[in-house]
Amino acid sequence: MSSEKPLPVIDHDSAPYWEAARQGRLDIPLCGDCGKHHFYPRSVCPYCHSDNLRFETVSGRGEVHTFTIARRPAGPAFADDVPYVVALIELEEGPRMMSRIQTDDPEKVHIGAKVEVTFVKATDEVTFPNFKII
Amino acid sequence: MKNGRDPVIVGVADAALEGGKFVTKASVLGHAALVAKAAVEEAGLELSDVDGLLTAGMWGVPGPGQLATVTLGEYLNIMPTFVDGTNIGGSAFEAHVAHAAMALREGYCEVALIVYSSDQKSLRSRNLGGRPSVLSMQHETPYGMPTPVGGYAMAAQRHMHEYGTTSENLAEIAVATRKWAQLNPDATRRDPLSIDDVLSSTMISEPLHLLDCCLVTDGAGAIVMTTAERAKDLETKPVAVKGYGEAHTHWAIGEMPDLARLLPAQRAGERAMKMAGVSHSDIDVVEIYDSFTITVLLSLEALGFCKTGEGGDFVSGQRTAPGGAFPMNTSGGGLSALHPGMFGMFLLIEAARQLRGEGGERQVEGAETALVHGTGGTLSSGATVILQKD
Repeated sequence: MSSEKPLPVIDHDSAPYWEAARQGRLDIPLCGDCGKHHFYPRSVCPYCHSDNLRFETVSGRGEVHTFTIARRPAGPAFADDVPYVVALIELEEGPRMMSRIQTDDPEKVHIGAKVEVTFVKATDEVTFPNFKII
Repeated sequence: MKNGRDPVIVGVADAALEGGKFVTKASVLGHAALVAKAAVEEAGLELSDVDGLLTAGMWGVPGPGQLATVTLGEYLNIMPTFVDGTNIGGSAFEAHVAHAAMALREGYCEVALIVYSSDQKSLRSRNLGGRPSVLSMQHETPYGMPTPVGGYAMAAQRHMHEYGTTSENLAEIAVATRKWAQLNPDATRRDPLSIDDVLSSTMISEPLHLLDCCLVTDGAGAIVMTTAERAKDLETKPVAVKGYGEAHTHWAIGEMPDLARLLPAQRAGERAMKMAGVSHSDIDVVEIYDSFTITVLLSLEALGFCKTGEGGDFVSGQRTAPGGAFPMNTSGGGLSALHPGMFGMFLLIEAARQLRGEGGERQVEGAETALVHGTGGTLSSGATVILQKD
């Protein structure tokens, strides 16, 4: 069950991202110097290496860049989920993030499919941004 | 221009397996020591001659494995004065050859020993639960990302989307590799395999089937390197290390710059071939890390054996099988011979044996130049070595 699944070990880089997700927002870092968003959250911009960063709420829309349908679970904790779709989402703002596609029909997921964020509560501390095909 | 300090491989050894498990009973370090001793003896040297020690592994972590060269040096009771514990995944040993080559040229060491050992099959210790969800992995593991297969599956999916590569193309690689394994009495899987067998095998992580994936076995291997000058006094057939290169881009697959292009292989391969002064047509035998069939296809393209997107055509019609135009993974590879977690060591051993003419039934006739390319992590790192019959 969900309590047995691995939870993120939240650190100082990622805390604002996870806190926003808990509140139902997708916040990712934006660089005050080069103007690019990035993901996963870092303390230094991966593009221009500036530390002038702030978290900003993004659209939550994007498309499936690539994906896999897991027919075998990533360990026993995920056995009840099989088959499930793990997907790399390219956000409208540019960065890519790993997530799950919420779907009753994994076969319908395809590269380029438009998606929108949806939030799935795991524990009081952790809510995961997942995505739905739109 | 030849130089007395040019690096050469003078000894190789690997451990016997039965059903993918060690035949001899020993600890993981015991197996490391046994292959180290065998490789050193093959070279006509002794372990006390070793002053350079290089290793990478997955044993003893957390614990003594965190200081792998230190722990192995202790076990062997040697005091190396050049060490390298570079761990960039399964390609680490190709990088070790590069680093040992530089140390030998520089006069920083005289005899370098590179060792790998894993008893993952016997211990049933292969991690199936994903990577601990700390640091970058906190953004992948909790989503149920199957590791490592899921990342490779995502790259395969992207390659299929961009270039029309098919599951049949990937299956060609598994089938050709099995044919080589059938010529290798030491290979783990030697039963006949067809493209249909691959396509009808269990789907693991779409689009990769069970038979697109490497084996899970034990394994231990060692390589001894010294200088060309020192090798003159040894009763061995030296194999020259002519070129090398290494690079890495990411670990989390979500951070891979382009999922359909293997940039580390491109960078490492270009550098190694330029250093060796060889072109693609000079290469007689190719040993490419085959953690998954897609790994091979991406590597072939990135190394420049074919254009990006044309890997599917390149491997079609069993071109890489015995008797084909492009002899590749002649031991049976990670797909059919053995895959003890970090396979790069065994690519090097097979290439050395081919260049020494010791391939037996699977010997590639007239093999003088070999390209070895390792991939580690989740298509993360790449390291290339060009070897030549001396």
